[in-house]
Amino acid sequence: MAAHAEADFRTRLQAWLPKLVLSPSLALIFVFVYGFILFTVYVSFTDSRILPFVDKNGQQTFDLIGFSNYEKLFRLSHWEIALGNMAVFAGLYIVICTAIGLLLAIFLDQKIRGEGALRPLYLYPMALSFIVTGTAWKWFLDPGIGLENILQAWGWESFSFDWIKNRDFAIYTIVLAAVWQTSGFVMAMFLAGLRGIDNEILKAAQMDGASNWNLYRRIIIPQLRPAFLSAFVILAHLAIKTFDLVIAMTGGGPGRATELPATFMYSYTFSRNQMGIGAASAVIMLMTIAAIMIPYLYAELKEKK
Amino acid sequence: MGFLDIKSVTKSYGPVEVLHRVDISAEEGEFLVLVGPSGCGKSTLLNMIAGLEEITTGEIAIKGQTMNGVHPSKRNIAMVFQSYALYPNMTVGQNITFGLEMHGVPKPEREKAMSDVASLLQIEQLLDRKPGHLSGGQRQRVAMGRALVRNPDVFLFDEPLSNLDAKLRVDMRTEIKKLHQKLGTTIVYVTHDQIEAMTLSTRIAVMNGGYVQQLGTPKEIYDDPANVFVASFMGSPSMNLIPARVVDQNGEPHAKIRLEGGKTAQLRFSDPGLAAHSGREVLLGIRPEAITDPEGADRKSGNIQTLHNVVDVTEPAGSDTFVTTTISGKTCIARMRADTDVRAGAEVAFAVNMDKAVVFDPETEKRL
Amino acid sequence: MAAATQDSAVRTGRVTRMLIYLVLLLFALFYMLPLYVMLVNSVKPLDEITGGGMMSLPAQWTLEPWLKAWSTAQIGVQPTGLRPYFWNSISMVVPAVAISTVLGALNGYVLTKWRFRGDTILFGLMLFACFIPFQIVLIPMAAVLGTLGLAGSTAGLVLVHVVYGVGFTTLYFRNYYAVFPTELVRAAQIDGAGFFQIFWRILLPSSGPIAVVSVIWQFTNIWNDFLFGASFASGDGAPMTVALNNLVQSSTGVKEYNVHFAGAILAALPTLLVYIVAGRYFVRGLMAGSVKG
Repeated sequence: MAAHAEADFRTRLQAWLPKLVLSPSLALIFVFVYGFILFTVYVSFTDSRILPFVDKNGQQTFDLIGFSNYEKLFRLSHWEIALGNMAVFAGLYIVICTAIGLLLAIFLDQKIRGEGALRPLYLYPMALSFIVTGTAWKWFLDPGIGLENILQAWGWESFSFDWIKNRDFAIYTIVLAAVWQTSGFVMAMFLAGLRGIDNEILKAAQMDGASNWNLYRRIIIPQLRPAFLSAFVILAHLAIKTFDLVIAMTGGGPGRATELPATFMYSYTFSRNQMGIGAASAVIMLMTIAAIMIPYLYAELKEKK
Repeated sequence: MGFLDIKSVTKSYGPVEVLHRVDISAEEGEFLVLVGPSGCGKSTLLNMIAGLEEITTGEIAIKGQTMNGVHPSKRNIAMVFQSYALYPNMTVGQNITFGLEMHGVPKPEREKAMSDVASLLQIEQLLDRKPGHLSGGQRQRVAMGRALVRNPDVFLFDEPLSNLDAKLRVDMRTEIKKLHQKLGTTIVYVTHDQIEAMTLSTRIAVMNGGYVQQLGTPKEIYDDPANVFVASFMGSPSMNLIPARVVDQNGEPHAKIRLEGGKTAQLRFSDPGLAAHSGREVLLGIRPEAITDPEGADRKSGNIQTLHNVVDVTEPAGSDTFVTTTISGKTCIARMRADTDVRAGAEVAFAVNMDKAVVFDPETEKRL
Repeated sequence: MAAATQDSAVRTGRVTRMLIYLVLLLFALFYMLPLYVMLVNSVKPLDEITGGGMMSLPAQWTLEPWLKAWSTAQIGVQPTGLRPYFWNSISMVVPAVAISTVLGALNGYVLTKWRFRGDTILFGLMLFACFIPFQIVLIPMAAVLGTLGLAGSTAGLVLVHVVYGVGFTTLYFRNYYAVFPTELVRAAQIDGAGFFQIFWRILLPSSGPIAVVSVIWQFTNIWNDFLFGASFASGDGAPMTVALNNLVQSSTGVKEYNVHFAGAILAALPTLLVYIVAGRYFVRGLMAGSVKG
């Protein structure tokens, strides 16, 4: 009888084990992600300036001030510049990466000799840190020693290329480096999509007399919709998170010409001791990403169920 | 009380009940087949016997011991899965002995049990191979070996032959039957294939829509189907179900049917009790082999009725020729001898063995 | 791979093909350019670079910049080179990758083979956590690490990277185990194997391809992280990326571009090596769905 009871206990333990095993990860996620999000939201409603939140005498160092951080934030020209730069950067980055990725994928899909050698060449930038990428491009585009200097030394005396030092153009150099880093990855996504298309459909379309142009425009590209969607979601999310690249290439400058929300948040929180405003800007960033990711994840998970 | 008792078992997923009060009892050594179309609940019931799914209400007992809440490995059962479920990273030998190892059986005993099973199933030469390198039939044998080695009270088979090609399926069917005759273990076997059910079982539970439609020996199920579903699901080609009216003639009940060209025919029932239903519309159930050419009719039958009707199509099948004709607006199939000379469009004689006829209520679809 | 043998139904003329090859080669040059610049300029003296020779091969080869970047360059206040920071990164990456991969494997196993009510929602919450902008957690994380006494330490960074990496590893293992036949788990249950025995004996031996994916992904992400390193470990405990940035951005003295390039390659080397050695398995592992058996 005792043995029986013990067996029952083991059976019941087995039933609880899965949840037990999952719980540490869940606890970490709930505290460090969702708990922290709530915390940051709370901080964004306070006039906190600097850590810690409690001074040596146990006195709270902040007060609740409602939405005024958000009001202040959207009156700051610094934030306005960061948002404007974000729009330019994200727009160009997403469009150019998608265009290059699609073009390379379609070209690579034409039974290219040496595809096996080309693919890793296109993909390797993904393995690098943005700090490394940023360093390489920073000095290559530097007018003093980089492209401008090289071409002048080669004899093109009048050549001038100083975008990285130019307030009006610096943001485009960030786009260039970011595109360099991720467009190969987008190529891989589209290539996988192209390889998944049923070849018989293409043969049927050719029998119907479709030209290559029409074949791609009417038959193939429409079937790549899932790849377009994934590429958009991943690129948009990477764009909003872009931080390291700017720090490494321009540090947000010249002036504030390449300031993005991520660098704004960082400098307001850690260098300027305006933590409340920093928190408010982080909340805006989160809401932007959530607006893109939640519908996407919802659709993905619902499908796979 | 039987060897395996399924008592008023139901299964619900949330508010949806998928199995409704199933009662089945099997004796020791019985070969019980659960048969039905996909989604009828047969696999759910098998998984509940295995302990892989919880029982919502009711009880399942083996050897009089309740199995509710007992872990699958402690029920002394073994199961052969549809996909065979062989562990891909282990050799055949390791696959077979894994269960014994988990139950703490010492190595020498495991080796002994393994070699016994391997020689029984003639898979000795496969023991060191990985499942990935076996053919479908070999995997099937290994899966059975894994079940046999446990020497369980009850074997559970979940559509074990459905992944094999047609020829192999027939061979393995015979082997399973031989194995059962040799070992005499209790088997519960799930299939959607009514031929497997007929050939293997000592008893069949025909299931549909979460209900057991009929429980009985293969002969009972085939000759005395309880309702229209069982009648049409079991047997191939399936039973002809002809709309007819019960009429009284000379004090005896007849089935009145409509033939081609506005003619009618009256076929006398063998069962005089059907006179009670005189005047009613019914469904007359006759299996194709009970409609033949007059020369091929069953001589032992005491009640062969002949009718003449136009042939729609003939389908020579080698051993027999299937002839279709239209009776009461329904297509009927007759099974004639292979050398019968009938042509489409001709009017020929059909001999109907009314001893084998069954009658259903068209409203409730139950036997009358 | 079946995809490689698929004959394309699209036919192209000779001129078109030439153009296609030309475009593909130009892009190959574009992608190679920064690597070339870093490599050649890390082995030439500084005056060759400033004299407009950034694109040319070194007139005078030297390993001096590499040695300097590794062991004597000024990082912050100390002339330590990148060496100590390289080891900081290693001692952060190895445990963080190991822990997050093990947790991801267990989570994936539970979420596919021991499903329960609400598991999809929990997984969705874990997955969304991968995509949050990390700015949203910087402030409380700094406060918590400070309170725990982990600020500036490797242990603190390991914790951070495990927390924000476990969503991805869970995603990979979940998708992989989702197509692992559930009947195998049921068979093992009937055979008497328990929760961990099934994982250890049945699933894990088949998990090689996805473990490679998880390890490569985590290794690359954690090694390349800058935001957390800069926020929580900017001093002696800083990881490689932060140290490299300090080296490149230092405003004192002459800018030693050749040392910067050598340092950048040093920082890129581990991930590049992983990519070269195991990149193929990464793609293969991502595509590997079914386990035959």
